[in-house]
Amino acid sequence: MKQKNRIKGGVKTPHYKNTAKAETKVMPAPEKVEITMLHHIGAPCLPTVGKGDQVFVGTKIGDSDKFVSAPIHSSVSGTVTEIKKRLMSNGAYVDSVVIKSDGLQTIDPAIEPPVVNTREDFIRAIRESGLVGLGGAGFPAHVKLNPPKDKKIDYLLINAAECEPYITSDYRESIENSWNVISGINIVMDFLGIENVLIGVEDNKPATVKVLNDIADTDKKITAVSLKSKYPQGAEKMLIYALTGRKVPAGGLPMDVGVIVMNVASVSFVAKYLKTGMPLVRKRLTVDGAVVREPANVDACIGTYIKDLIDFCGGFTEEPYKILMGGPMMGVAQYTVDTPILKQNNAILAFNKKQSILPEQTACIRCGNCVRACPMSLMPQQLDLLSNSGNAEGLVKYNVMSCIECGSCSYVCPAKRHLVQAIRKGKTIVKTKGSK
Amino acid sequence: MPENRLIVNSSPHLKSMRTTRGIMFDVIIALVPAVIFSIYFFSYIAAVIVAVSTATAVLFEVLYNLVAKKKQTAGNLSAVVTGIILALNLPPVKSSIWIAAIGTFVAIVIVKMLFGGIGKNIFNPAIAARVFLTVSFAGQMTAWVAPGVDGISTATPLALIQNGTSVGYLDLFLGNIGGSLGETSALALLIGLLWLLARKVITWHIPVSFIGTVALFSFFFGQDPLFHVLAGGLLLGAIFMATDYVTSPTTWIGKLIFGFGCGLITIAIRLFGNLPEGVSFSILFMNALVPLIDRYTVPKSFGEVKANA
Repeated sequence: MKQKNRIKGGVKTPHYKNTAKAETKVMPAPEKVEITMLHHIGAPCLPTVGKGDQVFVGTKIGDSDKFVSAPIHSSVSGTVTEIKKRLMSNGAYVDSVVIKSDGLQTIDPAIEPPVVNTREDFIRAIRESGLVGLGGAGFPAHVKLNPPKDKKIDYLLINAAECEPYITSDYRESIENSWNVISGINIVMDFLGIENVLIGVEDNKPATVKVLNDIADTDKKITAVSLKSKYPQGAEKMLIYALTGRKVPAGGLPMDVGVIVMNVASVSFVAKYLKTGMPLVRKRLTVDGAVVREPANVDACIGTYIKDLIDFCGGFTEEPYKILMGGPMMGVAQYTVDTPILKQNNAILAFNKKQSILPEQTACIRCGNCVRACPMSLMPQQLDLLSNSGNAEGLVKYNVMSCIECGSCSYVCPAKRHLVQAIRKGKTIVKTKGSK
Repeated sequence: MPENRLIVNSSPHLKSMRTTRGIMFDVIIALVPAVIFSIYFFSYIAAVIVAVSTATAVLFEVLYNLVAKKKQTAGNLSAVVTGIILALNLPPVKSSIWIAAIGTFVAIVIVKMLFGGIGKNIFNPAIAARVFLTVSFAGQMTAWVAPGVDGISTATPLALIQNGTSVGYLDLFLGNIGGSLGETSALALLIGLLWLLARKVITWHIPVSFIGTVALFSFFFGQDPLFHVLAGGLLLGAIFMATDYVTSPTTWIGKLIFGFGCGLITIAIRLFGNLPEGVSFSILFMNALVPLIDRYTVPKSFGEVKANA
């Protein structure tokens, strides 16, 4: 099935899907992992283990009593050597559990497939699995899958668009674990009583569409749909609009338009978890970029340091100038290679000098390219001006909060304005001035 | 590992290849046919005027930045574009050589740099300079000559038709008529338009609404629409000057309103004013309205919720 192009704006970025053909490599447990207590949107967990404690693969090491949060589990067997504070990319200090691996990867004896008979069992099991949205945002899955009673959900959408350049981890998931994807979808459909499923895939990955449609054939209600390759096709609101024609209202959630969106790796994990009971402790990541010797998709323990991950991929060919968690459009630049990977990471990219240094910003010439590129129909050049002059009222009027920070405006800007940066600053101005 | 050198900045970490300089270069390429046709029809004097105008435009920008102790900006080529476009607005006579230098001073220093440089000017520099020159040097600015090396005085088609003389379409289309350097050849300007559209430098909205409005209203008032489109500075203005990013709206609906306004004022001046031509005045006037148009054409954002009372 081919869907006509619905979304406005967007940009044609290069694809750089260099790792698409390479089968995922499984990385053995490193000597040491560091698992932070914040892998998700919501409240950080508190460590449930202390220094010197013995842990196994799958042992719960962090949890929270807050609603929007998800427990965290050890990805190795070994000993907790330290609980320290780590500075996260968002500027917050968060508890972080350092575990020295014993190299045995002994599975926690308590782990067994969960008994799931009712919807409540299912939601509880999903919470215990520690699943968060694996597409990158890390929204706790048990919250997403448990919408309030008054929200009628009639569509489950699976995000396999993967519109960010370089990243191929979802593609490999769809190809290598296609049966898990389909059975995960069936499980969610059954427990939540959802009747229609659309899998959104950009048309640069015809194999995903074919494989998933082939095995979903017995059940006609699951359809993989080919979408035009256009960034940010995979942004949640864009995907919903592209597949269903429904627009999530500003400030709203997908459930407000009767939709639940799950990443393809998340739904695949659901199937795996119900079979094995092993919580989310490993993640597939695309490791790529000009200075990585052997770019690959790597199945790694959560908490593996970027440094170790890169060493597993043959190390650096030359000095890296920038390390990204995520893709080049929305990824977060890291200040050190001693950063541990998170549940929702889908790529680590290492760039050389030329890729890393962005051109100098010059005066806006009002060409309007940013206005045409904005998938949210905002006016980035206006927001840039308002943000730089600290005009909270104007920022609200021009809907600064609706920006999804996809980066399309900055990408097309011929004056190389740092539009997303200015918009982020603008959001902070609005929040701190308390203006509504 | 020297990791203290890792660069941390806000996403995105990928930028397109397009630059301000690249866009200006595309505009220059689009202007080349008009320059070549002007040299063909009006001989070497056209080349001299274009050269002087371009050189002085760049010179004034460099000098301004030196005096004001600002970073040099001439590298973005926008002064070159202004210089060429201003030259194309001048009559093909010797006096245009020094007129060009005065014009570029007004365009670059007064209209552009004093307002804060590229991106900050309210009026299109070339248009404002042309209007300044038309008002200040009325004689020199209307010293129209017929194509050829002899420089025989003539009138422009718009002036001729006011006297009841008609001009052939083919001459109008090719540019074998009296007028300023660059406005006479519709063919050359349309080639430039195609280049700008193909390179996605401009969109169709302003040229089409501008030219369309002129054609429509000239038809309503019982005039020959094709003549009004081909004659005078309409194509030069609609393709190269009304589409100036800085002084036109950024949204497509804003662009349509802007083009419509330009067309309406142009035809009003042509049919009811004392002047034979109104393109420059119409663009200048609409430039001043851009902030207002921008304010009322903010697009509805994706999923925007109407505020409840």
